[in-house]
Amino acid sequence: MRVLAAMSGGVDSAVAAALAVEAGHDVVGVHMALSRNRDQFRTGSRGCCSIEDAGDARRAADVLGIPYYVWDLSERFEETVVADFLAEYEAGRTPNPCVRCNEHIKFEALLDKATALGFDAVATGHYAQVVTREGADGTVVRELHRSPNDEKDQSYVLAVMGPDRLARAMFPLGGFASKAEVRAEAERRGLSVSAKPDSYDICFVADGDTRGFLRDRLGSRPGEVVDTDGAVVGEHDGAYAFTVGQRKGLGLGRPAADGRARYVVDVQVSTNTVVVGPAELLSVDRIETHKAVWLAAPQEHAEGAWLDDVEVQVRAHGAPVPARVRAATAADGTPAIDVELTGRPLRGVAAGQSLVVYRGTRVLGQGTVARAWRG
Amino acid sequence: MTTPEAPADAYLDHAATTPMSRAALEAYVAEAGRAGNASSLHSAGRAARRAVEESRESVAASLGARPSEVIFTAGGTESDNLAVKGIFWGRRRSDPRRTRVLVSAVEHHAVLDPAFWLAGHAGAEIVLLPVDGDGRVDLAALRAELTEHGDEVALVSVMWANNEVGTVQPVRDVVRLAHQHGVPVHTDAVQAVGQVEVDFAASGVDAMTVTAHKLGGPLGVGALLARRDLPIEAVLHGGGQERGVRSGTLDVPAIRSFAVALAETVAARPERAPALAALRDKLVAGVRAVDPEAVLRGPDPSSDDGAAARLPANAHFTFPGAEGDSLLYLLDSAGVQASTGSACQAGVPQPSHVLLAMGVPEVEARGALRFSLGATSTAADVDRLVAALPQVVERARAAGLVSAPGGAA
Repeated sequence: MRVLAAMSGGVDSAVAAALAVEAGHDVVGVHMALSRNRDQFRTGSRGCCSIEDAGDARRAADVLGIPYYVWDLSERFEETVVADFLAEYEAGRTPNPCVRCNEHIKFEALLDKATALGFDAVATGHYAQVVTREGADGTVVRELHRSPNDEKDQSYVLAVMGPDRLARAMFPLGGFASKAEVRAEAERRGLSVSAKPDSYDICFVADGDTRGFLRDRLGSRPGEVVDTDGAVVGEHDGAYAFTVGQRKGLGLGRPAADGRARYVVDVQVSTNTVVVGPAELLSVDRIETHKAVWLAAPQEHAEGAWLDDVEVQVRAHGAPVPARVRAATAADGTPAIDVELTGRPLRGVAAGQSLVVYRGTRVLGQGTVARAWRG
Repeated sequence: MTTPEAPADAYLDHAATTPMSRAALEAYVAEAGRAGNASSLHSAGRAARRAVEESRESVAASLGARPSEVIFTAGGTESDNLAVKGIFWGRRRSDPRRTRVLVSAVEHHAVLDPAFWLAGHAGAEIVLLPVDGDGRVDLAALRAELTEHGDEVALVSVMWANNEVGTVQPVRDVVRLAHQHGVPVHTDAVQAVGQVEVDFAASGVDAMTVTAHKLGGPLGVGALLARRDLPIEAVLHGGGQERGVRSGTLDVPAIRSFAVALAETVAARPERAPALAALRDKLVAGVRAVDPEAVLRGPDPSSDDGAAARLPANAHFTFPGAEGDSLLYLLDSAGVQASTGSACQAGVPQPSHVLLAMGVPEVEARGALRFSLGATSTAADVDRLVAALPQVVERARAAGLVSAPGGAA
């Protein structure tokens, strides 16, 4: 197959490209330039977007003996991932930009361009497994599964892609149980990125200061922090910068009357108000999502029928919790997934977060949280 | 995928660099086998010095200059930096009012960037001279600028021929205007030498950049030709080589090889240039036949004055709806090596400042592709391009539809 290997400059994508080459594919490396102004992105060894990273990716491609190109996707990145990030926060929701990047950049802009240019698949360094099996009617069914590496598993941020995109995706690191193994593979092949540190932060927030980034881009909008009785307990620079479930950085001068920790329990952007309250107000066991995407076959999620014995996960590194779910239609007309938690409740589920439904290690579907409450 | 039967790649990127000629390579190897610092006084040093001076005489003879006007450098970028900074400083020392630097908007970055560096660090004022739709510098704008600020101008720098679209500039007219105001002229002739007649003395320019690797010589060596009466300050200080303007131990093998390649290419020009022009015309016709929407940028060689206004070995197109990097990749995988023609920053394709200065909209500038021929080019190279092009353009356009900003989901 003709395979486009997305090469960030990090160790994971370099080893993924190497494995694709060794599997006998005709591989071309592509580094995505996501900002024309590199200064606004994080620099140094931790990033995925600096000039050093582009150089590291080029060097890895040289070692592998594959062609290497840089594709400028900076405008698409700005108008999808960054714009969505700002709009979601501005609307009082909590976006996951890595999910949006996989949705709009890696498995849309990059994948579609690659397909148009004659590539059969895009390989990335994500930790997730694609399992193929024969379906009931003899067709090949592709399932997305968790990586055996619990700590690095990235099935959560990949669940957003639908089946036809999954069919053109390749995750050569899917079977790796540890990052140490991946580093060893890199070293064995003489890839100089083998010892490069992992990246963690949001790549377009240069210094990791998300609130500062939002203030720069959205402007300061001072308002009040109130408790659940409506009493003013503090001030803020913009309600958009707060997330339901947040405890740190509330800047409340006085402790609560009962001395207990206070959390953000609601962000009301229409009145620019942040509401704080005790932890128990954050517990939810009912979640409504919209813009849902199913990887499970249609017959597996007939609208209205409850799927029991599944788990849902609402954060990239959060623990999955038992639930039952059913396909529905959201108020905005998009496909929805309704969720009832059947074990312990979840705390601090914010609108905008990505909710992924698993059965065992298999991803069944994904939706964006619209609202969550205690049933 | 390369199969054993596949012919060697068609190399259509001679404007980036050329293969070394056999004679140049032999000269290089012969000289590299000898030890000798041209500044040493013993016999080995004298032999090296002799090789350098013979090369200097040869370079001067090839380009219509005097040997004492030849300053060997490490190539085009160094020569351009020495010219822009060195003349600026030299002129300002004798007259502090001369702070204006006039450069055409289509200069290579090796001229533009030192000019803007002077603006940021040495109080220079940069005037970008506009160009017309074919990339030819606007002489009226130059005249107006000189009339208004002639006694404040340190230098004018206008390239002999453009590296992207191949436009040959009216260098003699530039010189005539500038000299009326006592202003020296530098020209970057890196792309012109070997393709059009380049005579330093006859052109009237005060300084001229040439480099070896665009004409069959080795990488990393070139020269700045500079008139002896031109005030020019050194950029590299040290042992005082090259009349104190360019210190550094001379790279004897590279210099010898450069001189050989230059003499060869200048001698071959009367025959080679028309042959390359004919091959280029075949390429242009072939591309147009495949894709009638492709736009030839720069002077049209089939127009009345176009043949003389464009380098014979250059063809440059924009392909509407396609992106240069897609075209480049697809051609490369089809065994055809070309270039988008514009500078890359960390490998990121930027719309060409040359095309933008010519008034080409940014969206069209993204689809640029430069084909440049050279001594080793054959009709088979052009045939290979024309054969590959239909599918390349079709696929690149399909990719352009899905990957353009705001493109279809």
